[in-house]
Amino acid sequence: MEPLIQNRMENSATISIENVYKRFPMGRGEFTALKDITLDFEKGEFTGLIGPSGSGKTTVLNIIGSLDTPSEGRVTVLGRSVADMNAKESARLRKESLGFIFQTYNLLQVHTVFENVEFPLLLLKYDTPTRRKMVMDALEWVGLTDKEKSKPPQLSGGECQRVAIARAMVKKPSIVLADEPTANLDAKNSHHIIQTMEKLNRELKTTFIFATHDEKVIGYLKRKINLLDGKVDNDEKITSN
Amino acid sequence: MKLAIRLAFRNLIGAGLRTWLNVIVLSFAFVVILWLQGVMKGWDLQAKNDMMDYETGGGQYWHEMYDPYDPLILEESHAPVPEQLKEEIESGETEPVLMTLGSIFPQGRMRSVTIKGIRPGQDVLKLPTESLDTALHTIPAFIGAMTAQSAGLEEGDNVILRWRDAKGTFDAAEITITAVFYSNVPSAEASQVYIPLEKLEEMTGLHGHATVLIFRDSEKERPEIEGWRLKKLDDLTARMDEMLQTKTIGQSFLYGILLLLAMLAIFDTQVLSIFRRQKEIGTYIALGYTRKEVVGLFTVEGTMHAVLAFAAAMVYGLPFLIWQSNVGWTMPMDVSQFGMAIAQTLYPAFSIGMVVTTVLLLIITTAMVSWLPSRKIAKMNPTEALRGKLQ
Repeated sequence: MEPLIQNRMENSATISIENVYKRFPMGRGEFTALKDITLDFEKGEFTGLIGPSGSGKTTVLNIIGSLDTPSEGRVTVLGRSVADMNAKESARLRKESLGFIFQTYNLLQVHTVFENVEFPLLLLKYDTPTRRKMVMDALEWVGLTDKEKSKPPQLSGGECQRVAIARAMVKKPSIVLADEPTANLDAKNSHHIIQTMEKLNRELKTTFIFATHDEKVIGYLKRKINLLDGKVDNDEKITSN
Repeated sequence: MKLAIRLAFRNLIGAGLRTWLNVIVLSFAFVVILWLQGVMKGWDLQAKNDMMDYETGGGQYWHEMYDPYDPLILEESHAPVPEQLKEEIESGETEPVLMTLGSIFPQGRMRSVTIKGIRPGQDVLKLPTESLDTALHTIPAFIGAMTAQSAGLEEGDNVILRWRDAKGTFDAAEITITAVFYSNVPSAEASQVYIPLEKLEEMTGLHGHATVLIFRDSEKERPEIEGWRLKKLDDLTARMDEMLQTKTIGQSFLYGILLLLAMLAIFDTQVLSIFRRQKEIGTYIALGYTRKEVVGLFTVEGTMHAVLAFAAAMVYGLPFLIWQSNVGWTMPMDVSQFGMAIAQTLYPAFSIGMVVTTVLLLIITTAMVSWLPSRKIAKMNPTEALRGKLQ
């Protein structure tokens, strides 16, 4: 399988969101979660979508992750329009180029740490020795090489989230979408997690987009996009970081 | 598919007790269905073998008037042995049997019987005809266990036998029971008295006559003979085949119930999995699976229960089935009065074809039952699934 999406977009805007609206049916009417959102994300950004609950952060991430489509407007991820892709193409985009980190980790409970991190590589059909090396590298990034045989129920929240980061990063995706990655963690773990992601962003030039309202995360961001009631309230780049 | 199998296996092993409960139920269904099929096949084989051994041989020629269900014409159903079969009769490859109606009077009560004349030295049938080769002042005779039981006779007993002679006059003589045989074939046993052929010819004046001619070799091409009807082995066992067919249909309901119970467990697990594992389903999609592929994964996972069940069934079922085919299954009640060819102890018989068909049937059924609830995944919203929201 050729990684065409990644190559094609190597030097242009990684993600482009133009005049996007997202409406959800609610009762007899509908609820507009996103209202005329326009944003661009460049390669290697470390950006946060900041806002209170219901401001539309997760909806933006879901659309970028091609898990959802806009009701109106155009979203282009790595050169492909999210609305125009069929199920197979969306899955291929997620499989090859996107990594997801969730608030509740979403690890496969019956699989070991190694198997959880290995999963995206199985989908990409890497051979066994390559998979082994890549998984161990990823576990080393997050400092969990000694837990490869443990299962998620045996890990702490911070460790689970680090496994989720390793799983998202193991295939070295172009973009990592993290939805409230520190919401369930204490301060120490939150700092550790965000520092790990910052290091990976620096070393691998991976684009990180966070949905967060956690002050601890916000302190590390290089770009802050404030969302309020489904609209961009403020878009600020932090140059001194 | 390879990946789905690998993941499904991991998921099943990881699910622990839930998986093993399903696997045990399904493996039990495997073993019971195989055992029942083996019993049926064993019964079929035993019944046919017994029929061939004690009654039909490899096939028969019937006198054109002979009808085993019409005793009123039995006394007219005989003719001289055909010329073209005399050589085979001489060599013992074909056995002439002469029949006539008669009565016996055990304990002073009259019982109608068919008197069958058969040569003492024959070996086409497994009947104890050698017991007729004895010097007695009475007529030596042997009977089946069913007649012995119903008439209260046993070996060594004497009883009066009455028949019509060549002129149609009643005649009577004492017979001595020289053997009682047990055959599982009611039609060979019930109300039958076997005496030496020569004696019956003498009693009826029908020298060189026969009612049926039983041949040993079922494969040999047989000519049509005027005045006689050729009855091949298949014709003679047709009723038995029909009866077993009926039994098989009846037994299919039992398989159906067993399958239903096993499939209910699988269906229930699948439905539960889809509700409980929504977040996992969402995660698979986020990581790059299409919804169709997730449906495939869950279907493979369900189907793998059947594969594991087969493996489990082999572990405890194989020794059990082998043991059963050696020691047999003795029925808890007396089957001699059932009126059909059935042994008291049935020996299950198994074939590779039977095992393969049963395994395939169970695997395909399990796949269907696993797939049906999994289709719901195709309609799931992945963003809702990721949050574990019930859909």
